[in-house]
Amino acid sequence: MQISKEIVSHTGHLARLHLSDDELELYSSQLNKILEYIEKLKKIDITNIAPTFNVLNLKNVLRVDTVRPSLTSEEALKNAPDKQDNFFVVPKVY
Amino acid sequence: MDLTRLTAFQLRDLISSGKITAKETTKAYLDKITVTDKNINAYVFIDPEKTLKKATELDKKGNLNLKLAGLPIAIKDNICVKDEPTTCSSNILSGFKPPYDATVIELLEKNGAILLGKTNMDEFAFGSSCETSCYGVTKNPYDATRVPGGSSGGSAAAVGSEEALWALGSDTGGSIRQPASLCNVVGLKPTYGRVSRYGLIAFASSLDQIGPLTRDVKDAALLLEVLSGFDPKDSTSSEETVPEFSKKLTHEIKGIKIGVPEEYFSEGIDSKIKERIEFILGQLKKEGAKVERMNLPHTEYAISCYYIIAPSEASSNLARYDGVQYGLRVADNQLLKNVKNPMIRMYLATRSAGFGAEAKRRMLLGTYSLSSGYYEAYYLRAAKVRTLIKNDFQEAFKKYDCIISPTTPAAAFRIGEKTDPLQMYLSDIFTIPANLAGIPAISVSAGTTQNNLPIGIQIMADFFQEQKMLNTAYLIEKLQK
Repeated sequence: MQISKEIVSHTGHLARLHLSDDELELYSSQLNKILEYIEKLKKIDITNIAPTFNVLNLKNVLRVDTVRPSLTSEEALKNAPDKQDNFFVVPKVY
Repeated sequence: MDLTRLTAFQLRDLISSGKITAKETTKAYLDKITVTDKNINAYVFIDPEKTLKKATELDKKGNLNLKLAGLPIAIKDNICVKDEPTTCSSNILSGFKPPYDATVIELLEKNGAILLGKTNMDEFAFGSSCETSCYGVTKNPYDATRVPGGSSGGSAAAVGSEEALWALGSDTGGSIRQPASLCNVVGLKPTYGRVSRYGLIAFASSLDQIGPLTRDVKDAALLLEVLSGFDPKDSTSSEETVPEFSKKLTHEIKGIKIGVPEEYFSEGIDSKIKERIEFILGQLKKEGAKVERMNLPHTEYAISCYYIIAPSEASSNLARYDGVQYGLRVADNQLLKNVKNPMIRMYLATRSAGFGAEAKRRMLLGTYSLSSGYYEAYYLRAAKVRTLIKNDFQEAFKKYDCIISPTTPAAAFRIGEKTDPLQMYLSDIFTIPANLAGIPAISVSAGTTQNNLPIGIQIMADFFQEQKMLNTAYLIEKLQK
């Protein structure tokens, strides 16, 4: 199956990546080659095979619902590109 | 005496008996880095003053009988060290200093280790050559025109060039074992869940494991026993008990059953590598091992399966780099004037500027595999094929103690040689299956090619059977000396 530049551009937007025309050209051709290789997965019969999402078949792990030490707001904000008082500052959202 | 030529066990004896100090040891490595790293580029951050101060403190009032007392270690740049730069060798994390330590860092420091610095890697561990790092490529210590492998290429090259006694790496599809093989060091990927991932910046959470890169097998066993164990901060960490691997290490393997998968010898493998592996298998037979050809029938699907699952998990994990909480923020970009929402414009501008080409390619591939209409055809199908690959190993380990193969199909390739992403992906063909199955695997030296480039041999074992794997590796190492 071939994926078009439009699909790559749309996928880029979903991943919040803006792609230039050159990038679209390059990634479309590379992704097509990779997907063509991956096509071989379709040869395998997977009827009645359960998917593996985690090899250890873990169950949900819950901790006791008690207060524990955690980062202070100062520590949590230390790496923020923009902050004010106890908040992260972001561009206007609308 | 050149301290940088000794193993961890040799140094530890000298330090604990007071013959040398932690400061002298650390200084020897910092001096080596000053001289050699101009040519190798293994390190991305060092702070010699602070490092020496820590070593001096340990000499003065520390406990020199701790397991790792005074032993310097290099850390891959995707493992969080509190208040030290940790960037995954990516511009998007430029300036980031974590407010906490990874669990493995706490364990190292608790046991008296001295942190030497952060090592170079492929951006977010996306690569097999260190060429996708924002800090430029690391050079192979055996030939500066060649790659050190990746993604833990900085860690492998640091140990290989004796700029580090040993190092931590991370392995998602071979990122410890492949560079270890290319740089002539030992590299070990533990069983999934054996070592806590808390503080390891996530690439593909169902595949990632932290592990050691060392001079020899005994050092790898020691570091593994320090790093292993249950961590309440990592919900995928295992409660399995941790043996004292280094104490139980033995060269005695009589009667052990070794499987040799046919599939790992067919795919365009270098003839000298094949010859060396066959030679070592012959040696093991003489030592009393039962060596048998066998099959892992779904091997040919491993790369396809991995290049759906790993990028899918990565595209989800990398969604957090949004220019809000940490790292780079680019407010706007001329090309985005058609995008109305200023917040979305900031996301797009930041992520497009901060990520390199391979990261973008993998996020596109992952987002595509997970998106509506393609999820079942790609991601879900790959997860089912993963079951079949895992089952191949589960069946095999009913019969065999270890499975042995080459670590890579070829020795170190030239910098700039692999321009096609798919060709790069294929260099991990023998290491990827162990990550998909979750089993432990180790690479140790198997000699060299005609051009004197290092070759690695890979030993895999069943879940939590690291000891069997280490013993076999220990014997192989001895037989090559």
